[in-house]
Amino acid sequence: MEKIYQTKTKTNKTVSAKPETIQFLLNYSKSLKVTEAKGIKFESNLN
Amino acid sequence: MIQALEDSQLVKDYMNGNERAIEVLIHRHNARLTGFIYSKVGDRELTEDIFQDTFMKVIRTLKRGAYNEEGKFLPWVMRIAHNLIIDHFRKSNRMPMYDATETFNVFSLMGDEKLNAESQLIKEQIDSDLARMIKELPEDQQEVLQMRLYKEMSFKEISENTGVSINTALGRMRYALINLRKLVEANSIVLTN
Repeated sequence: MEKIYQTKTKTNKTVSAKPETIQFLLNYSKSLKVTEAKGIKFESNLN
Repeated sequence: MIQALEDSQLVKDYMNGNERAIEVLIHRHNARLTGFIYSKVGDRELTEDIFQDTFMKVIRTLKRGAYNEEGKFLPWVMRIAHNLIIDHFRKSNRMPMYDATETFNVFSLMGDEKLNAESQLIKEQIDSDLARMIKELPEDQQEVLQMRLYKEMSFKEISENTGVSINTALGRMRYALINLRKLVEANSIVLTN
């Protein structure tokens, strides 16, 4: 009987953001402070 | 425990200062959002950039307390990403970006009007060949050809200057070109750059 040669199909890897991107976002979130003075919101990044 | 909370609760917690909540939200929607961006832009690095910009906008909006709770979190985030993708394409249409590869050099797109050294030499050669051949033509044909090509005169002006009719000037020009072609063929001269 004829042999069926089958190559392994590529498994579709789901794309997702890199861990370093996520870490950057978390650090950004922690460093971002919004302060309000006289009804105006100020953003400041405290690195 | 926090993982089980709904998006809306996590958003509230984050707005109240719980940093862990945004981490859960990012991880929860990472694959979905990245897949969405990647399906539109088809580039891994660009996907990463837009993902990052999207969540930076999300974080800023939430920290400013400007998030409208009426909508659902994920569709809102997708909308931000969608707008950023559109911005990217608008920008890249205005300023198309070319990547250099082995077979394609970005400098091939940039040129200046001037001829390069080789083309300049060829042009000089053609000019001198042509000038030499024009001198071989009969006097009357030579005169009309020079007035027409080098002085850019109209046939009316040529007829006034040479004292012949326009038809005669046209005829001389025609014969000048026919004779030039014969000379080119006879001398096997290539007159192209």
